[in-house]
Amino acid sequence: MALLDLVGITKRFGSLLANDKISLSLEEGEVLALLGENGAGKTTLMNILFGHYVADEGEILVRGAPLKPGTPEAAIEAGIGMVHQHFTLADNLTVLENVILGRESLRSLRQDKARGRARIAELAADFGIAVDPDARVGSLSVGERQRVEILKALYGDAQVLILDEPTAVLTPQETDALFDSLRRMVAQGRSAVIISHKLHEILRVSDRVAVLRRGAIVGTVKTADANRDSLAEMMVGRSVVRPKAEPLEAGGDLLTLDKVSLQDGKGGVLLDDVSLALRSREILGIAGVAGNGQGALADVVSGQARPGCGQVALFGRTVDRELTPRGMVAAGVGRIPEDRHAKGVVGAMTLWENLASESLREAPISRWGFLLDKGAARRRAAELIADYDVRCKGPDAETHLLSGGNMQKLILARALSRDPKIILANQPVRGLDEGAIAYVHEQLLAARRRGAGILLITEDLDELLALADRVAVIYRGRLSPTYAVKEVTVPALGLMMAGQEAAEAQSHAV
Amino acid sequence: MQFEPREEVSTWAAAVAPVFAVVLAVALCSILILWTGEPVLEAYGLLLKGAFGSKFAISETLTRATPLMLTGLAAAVAFRAKFWNIGAEGQLYCGALAVTWLGTGVVDLPAFLMIPLLCLAGAAAGGAALLVPVILKNRLKVDEVVTTLLLNFVILLFVSYLLEGPWKDPMSLGWPQGAPIVEDGVLPKLVAKTRLHAGLILALAAAVAVWFVMNFTVWGYEIRAVGLNATAAAFAGISIDKTVIRTALLSGGLAGLAGVTEVTGLKGYLTLDLSPGFGYAGIAVAMLAQLHPLGVILSALFLSAIFVGADSMSRAVEIPTYIADVLVATSLLSVLLSVMLVRYRVRRG
Repeated sequence: MALLDLVGITKRFGSLLANDKISLSLEEGEVLALLGENGAGKTTLMNILFGHYVADEGEILVRGAPLKPGTPEAAIEAGIGMVHQHFTLADNLTVLENVILGRESLRSLRQDKARGRARIAELAADFGIAVDPDARVGSLSVGERQRVEILKALYGDAQVLILDEPTAVLTPQETDALFDSLRRMVAQGRSAVIISHKLHEILRVSDRVAVLRRGAIVGTVKTADANRDSLAEMMVGRSVVRPKAEPLEAGGDLLTLDKVSLQDGKGGVLLDDVSLALRSREILGIAGVAGNGQGALADVVSGQARPGCGQVALFGRTVDRELTPRGMVAAGVGRIPEDRHAKGVVGAMTLWENLASESLREAPISRWGFLLDKGAARRRAAELIADYDVRCKGPDAETHLLSGGNMQKLILARALSRDPKIILANQPVRGLDEGAIAYVHEQLLAARRRGAGILLITEDLDELLALADRVAVIYRGRLSPTYAVKEVTVPALGLMMAGQEAAEAQSHAV
Repeated sequence: MQFEPREEVSTWAAAVAPVFAVVLAVALCSILILWTGEPVLEAYGLLLKGAFGSKFAISETLTRATPLMLTGLAAAVAFRAKFWNIGAEGQLYCGALAVTWLGTGVVDLPAFLMIPLLCLAGAAAGGAALLVPVILKNRLKVDEVVTTLLLNFVILLFVSYLLEGPWKDPMSLGWPQGAPIVEDGVLPKLVAKTRLHAGLILALAAAVAVWFVMNFTVWGYEIRAVGLNATAAAFAGISIDKTVIRTALLSGGLAGLAGVTEVTGLKGYLTLDLSPGFGYAGIAVAMLAQLHPLGVILSALFLSAIFVGADSMSRAVEIPTYIADVLVATSLLSVLLSVMLVRYRVRRG
């Protein structure tokens, strides 16, 4: 008998069919990978399983017994544990307190803690999950927090562990450790469902792969019988080729940062003595685990933050007054923000309004920098929509109706139509499907051919290695020296992302 | 029950929604009228007659609508930028203070100069009343709801001090009121033997001007963008601080103008009961109009008709004038409900 059966699960959100009669079973002692592009319905399915959503049709059976829908408590009771993409931990409590939170008997906290401590030590030994039980969660790294989440699920005696994009925030080494723990769990008869869109990781850790496309299962294969290309084709529905950078001779310096430091309002260091030089006809990649200062670096280059000390030079000239968003745009910096919805567009405004937002005070968008010329703005928007292939109802459609890929094309159109010589691309393909990823990469490479320099900030090492000419790693606000992409290996980058000094990382990795 | 956003909002539904809301509000208030034992239809008939039944009734409705349009615009502009100006009442009195100071003998110009001067001074004073809240918000992130609301009482007490003390008109037989505005500063009457004055033209012009600014200028674009998504607006190069300051000056200026029209058009002098809460009612006007500047004209007329009509009705039947406040409040709630239903679909489960 299967440990878990999903039978005919259907879920609609308005007119969107998020899950279409999905049937899936999970055996004891296996790792099942749920593979699919963004929006394919993976997370929806797992949220139904864990009781966050109620399916419109279908049911869930745990060891043959139906699971009460709509309550996470019932799921936990039945032995299902979920590790969310966004952690659900209390920062101001210790690891131990977080793990026993909600499960203590309320009779004697001290006894509970003693029991909890023993159990955590046991679990840590069994599965190789090392965390200090007395550390405050707020002081832990992202990878450590994820281990706490897993401990929390195991502490509740989860037989099925659901992991939603668990490797998105991990260094390659942390990913290895996670997969090792997962293998130990299944060896003891537990099972795991891992949601991911990273093919090579799925090939490494899973026993079986179920591929989702547009809400429906398009196939289930044994991992042993699958390879990268076959999975990619199942996932996308056709074969995809991501563009690669062709060799080009880099030109002169376009953007240089010299010993730039930045602090947040509370005295925390965001950027610490960062120096870099971006040259014409090259892509400079910045790797790093999320939250190590990428945002601050992007803020400086996009003009949103003025460095506390250090100098920024554009085209060889030190700038100061230009260090505002409008100043940087005017100086020739094209900017692609990391979060389309929050920062890239005003969703409730129309496409033409969003396309005009960086050129408001310029002809032909406005006259005398004051009167909007809506006709001109609409015509220009229509041209850009055609040029950049934004699929929409027209310039007057509201922007929030666009899909992620089309919204990103809109932002590309706004930034690149000004023919910027310097391009800041912060997580430019996050959450996009394969077709859109290829399009964005193609546009960045085309800009590189035209002579632009591109600062590419990304957490995706595959993207980095495919596009970048040179790479540097950012860790706790400090930037490593820059290396030609041919000189570095993935393990070396991984160690640097975890904070090892560059030279050390290179020698360890070899 | 779940709410899901509709992908396409039909213009037809959006236009019918406010009408539906008013009908719902009237139906709900009928229950209260039934409770008093008075005939419902007759009561509403008297209300309508009181608001529109004669030339005088119409002129009263329009007179009362004038300051409501201006304070409604003040709220509509500010709320578009998500700047929560609750202080239109105080800004109205600041406008009134400015015209009383300038218009009672300090300067005396021909009317075609004097009236624009008083309008400008009143608007400037209304805007200036928002400077402190705006600077506190931009510099120290102090919540403007608190500062603008509390400033109302500070300003009103200051007006009270002036009218009881230094500015008290010696000819007023002991009443706390200011000296009369000089003849050249008084707004002309629109219809003889009524109280209707040129302030109405000013308010209508202001509504059209605000509509133009919001829809056809860079400033209006920036105000809307900052209100809808300040993070994205800032990223695109729009200065949040400057936009908020501009919005506040515009909003406070419009509220100040309401003070100008009441002093120079209606009363002729400053009193402590110049505004029976026009500043607060302006918020209801703006919300009913869904923050649309031209919609403000209609919703100000609606509120004014209810207030004027209810006054007249309560003289004829045993229904207190409070019914007007209840009608306005239920209208507001039902408008919010109908707007929600236009934008979202309700689903079970």
